[in-house]
Amino acid sequence: MYISRRAEFSASHICRNEKLSAQENQSLYGPGANANGHGHNYVLEVTLKGDPDPETGMIFDLKDLKDVMLREVVDPMDHRHLNFEVPPFDKVIPTTENVTLEIWRRLAPHFADGRARLHSVRLYETEDTFVDYYGG
Amino acid sequence: MVRVTRNYRFSASHRLHLANRSDEENQRLFGKCNNPHGHGHNYVLGVTVEGPIDASTGVAVDQGKLDEFVYREIIALFDHTYINMDVEPLREVPATAENIAFVIERRLQAAWPWTQPRLAHIRVEETKRNVIELDVINFHV
Repeated sequence: MYISRRAEFSASHICRNEKLSAQENQSLYGPGANANGHGHNYVLEVTLKGDPDPETGMIFDLKDLKDVMLREVVDPMDHRHLNFEVPPFDKVIPTTENVTLEIWRRLAPHFADGRARLHSVRLYETEDTFVDYYGG
Repeated sequence: MVRVTRNYRFSASHRLHLANRSDEENQRLFGKCNNPHGHGHNYVLGVTVEGPIDASTGVAVDQGKLDEFVYREIIALFDHTYINMDVEPLREVPATAENIAFVIERRLQAAWPWTQPRLAHIRVEETKRNVIELDVINFHV
């Protein structure tokens, strides 16, 4: 059985590879390469997989899931500039792919044992672009 | 591996009708969709690709190139058309969202220009309440 929880955070970023020319950056990242940055309302969906506990009837306490998502992702990233304020994005380009991967890394240790396992992380950068990561 | 999805939109009309069935049967099968003059939708097409994140660029897919490809292969063909008459593979089979999804999958697969990422999933939203999902299991070679 799967259970999902959603959270939102608003952040700015720049998608730019210093090894590439301005023109190459423009061609690869489009307006995302704007040197002054730009922002999104990110929507994060975290899905856990497991069997409901026979006593509580729950796969995982959703309040605890909310707390982990807030502590590991929303608090450090909301209303921040990812490149300047949220490591590792001082070194890693904060594409939606890389932000999704980083969120997985931050969340996974909290579900390393117990009934519920981290199944997927979905991150919407806009309503029409999103990334799914299932680990591995 | 990550999966990246982009949504695209096209507006088109269609009619669901089987020439070899009676009017009553068509009406029973397809309801309002059988209206003789057709009707339209704002379709939302979700294209999901799967691949590794390029270590240097940080992306799994060049979104500009994917957009260009999907516009050329699909949107240009479907947008502002009467699907039953204007989209060749759907002249002979009913233009249900299911068949539209199959046609889109076949066209994308046939012209897919990349080894990585591969085409992984297609989603056709006819209305908010009518959505078809298609897993692409034949890997591109």
